[in-house]
Amino acid sequence: MKLHNYTVLYLSGAMFVVLSIWAAIFYINMLDEIHDSIDDGLNNSKILIINKVSEDSSLLYKDNFLESNYRIREVRKEDYLDFKDTFTDTLLYTEYEADYEPFRMLTTVFAAPNGKFYKLRVISSMVEEDDLIEDLLYSLLWLYIILIVSMVAINYLLLGRIWRSFYSTLKAVRGYKISDKQDIRFEKTRVSEFKRLQETLQDLIRSNKEVFLAQKQFIENASHELQTPLAISINKLELLAEKHPLNDDQLQQIGAVIENLERLTRLNKSLLLLSKIDNRQFEQSEAADMNAVIYKLAEDFEELAEYRRLQLHIEEDGRCVYTMNRTLAEVLFTNLIKNALAHTESGGLVKIHIRNTQVCIENSGGPALDTTRIFQRFYKESGDAGSTGLGLAIVKSIAAVYGFSLNYSYNGLHRFCVHF
Amino acid sequence: MKILVIEDEADLRDILTQSLEKENFVVESASDFISAMDKVGVYDYDCILLDINLPGGSGLDILQELKKAGKTDGVIIISARNSVDDKVEGLALGADDYLAKPFHTAELTARVKSVMRRKQFNGSNLITLRNLSVDFDKRLVSINDTPVELNRKEFDILTYFMANKNRLVSKTALAEHVWGDQIDEADSYEFIYSQIKNLRKKLKTHGSEVEIQAIYGIGYKLNDA
Repeated sequence: MKLHNYTVLYLSGAMFVVLSIWAAIFYINMLDEIHDSIDDGLNNSKILIINKVSEDSSLLYKDNFLESNYRIREVRKEDYLDFKDTFTDTLLYTEYEADYEPFRMLTTVFAAPNGKFYKLRVISSMVEEDDLIEDLLYSLLWLYIILIVSMVAINYLLLGRIWRSFYSTLKAVRGYKISDKQDIRFEKTRVSEFKRLQETLQDLIRSNKEVFLAQKQFIENASHELQTPLAISINKLELLAEKHPLNDDQLQQIGAVIENLERLTRLNKSLLLLSKIDNRQFEQSEAADMNAVIYKLAEDFEELAEYRRLQLHIEEDGRCVYTMNRTLAEVLFTNLIKNALAHTESGGLVKIHIRNTQVCIENSGGPALDTTRIFQRFYKESGDAGSTGLGLAIVKSIAAVYGFSLNYSYNGLHRFCVHF
Repeated sequence: MKILVIEDEADLRDILTQSLEKENFVVESASDFISAMDKVGVYDYDCILLDINLPGGSGLDILQELKKAGKTDGVIIISARNSVDDKVEGLALGADDYLAKPFHTAELTARVKSVMRRKQFNGSNLITLRNLSVDFDKRLVSINDTPVELNRKEFDILTYFMANKNRLVSKTALAEHVWGDQIDEADSYEFIYSQIKNLRKKLKTHGSEVEIQAIYGIGYKLNDA
């Protein structure tokens, strides 16, 4: 859920509670105020009526409300003495509404000039509470809707603007690779929280970059430092094998050691090549003719293909020329073709299809490969001892340096395509 | 035939010296920049093996010095840097060849001999071994003056063996020399074996006095005895 919607959701919940509480308090206060002003009116009426009665004694016999708002009934003296003014809410039948309606009623007693005691009841029509509540609820509902709508609008307009630098920061981070040479750049923001976020990200990326570079440097240095001892070991063993008359068993042992040291050498060379590609140390570029490169490689691999009884077939549907380092172009296709040859069973077919902007290499044999892992370093599908597991990683690195897209698909044939 | 080995790594220097002495070259060595400069300043060599990273200076500076004296002929750079830049710079300065460490001694021997051959026989690039003769310019092999049909790879294999005659050539050294670095799959050794089998057959049918002997587990050796 988006931050916008979260804000709206929580605010609308909180608003609901706040508005409800406010409505209850408002209702009680309003009702209180209404009672108060009605009661004041009733008290005023009482004084007016009592004054009027002292002038016109006939009014003392008005013992029903009828058209007016009071009635007078005689009481005994004891009742008069004990009595205190009371206000009560009551229901009276009204002709107009044809229903019982709420009325406020003041009950009081007074002594008339004729010496008798009377009880006076004054009424006043009151607000209909259910109508009031209903009106109040409708108003509240409208208020609530207007609030929510304006909140959503403000969120989208204002927050959208405020959060823009957040999204641009996010985009910058997403598009950034730790192997990128230049530092990450963020859009300037005035929001201090986002400023802090950008600074934190910058620090994090910088320290990660340092670790990454140190690690890369380490691999490179380690490979460099390994070269000389490897060379010495292999050369010394070769001299040893020549120098002394050795029996077959001893020779075979030496041969096995040399073979393993050579594997190590190849691995080392591949790692160095990888780090050189990643460091973009192959700077010289020229218009490399892929058709020519592929034909030359096909010739180089001819005997190997023949020996393994593989058909190596080139189909030309165009001329693929791309500006890149020629050595890397050779390395790229050497690895792809070698990979195809190595994993095709005897008697199989390796087909290279060249188009203007794309080269595909297809070969038969084996089930589909794990697309998520084939381009990883040291990933080996087969238990092939001679393979370094770096060939396709090298291909991927070269593709990454030049921005080629590289993909693998399988439909009975393994198919590696390079789009230039 | 005098060769100077400029290499700071003592073990590697010994190996190179030993290996080249086996080929009956006169070998001198220098272990740092100063002594190397002294030697190239005073003596003339037919071939110089030059390491780039030296204590006290860069091998490329020595090359610069040789260029000034017009003596860059026969310089082979041997560098652990395996770097394209070194190679380009070195060759631009007039070095004859470039060999990245680690390398096989057989490969070095072949390169040294190729340099020597270019220096020695200006024009007739021909070597003979018993009744076998090779014309490098025409890429032609003949036995008892009868031409032998060899394909490109077989020719490369044979000449590589001839440069390393009577010496052990490991199958990897051979594979890398003839097919380049790309040949690194396990079954490629069987493939080399089949190529050598063909070559042996051709030599035998033409009555060659030299033969290629298999050294069990390691590689091959060309015998002229």
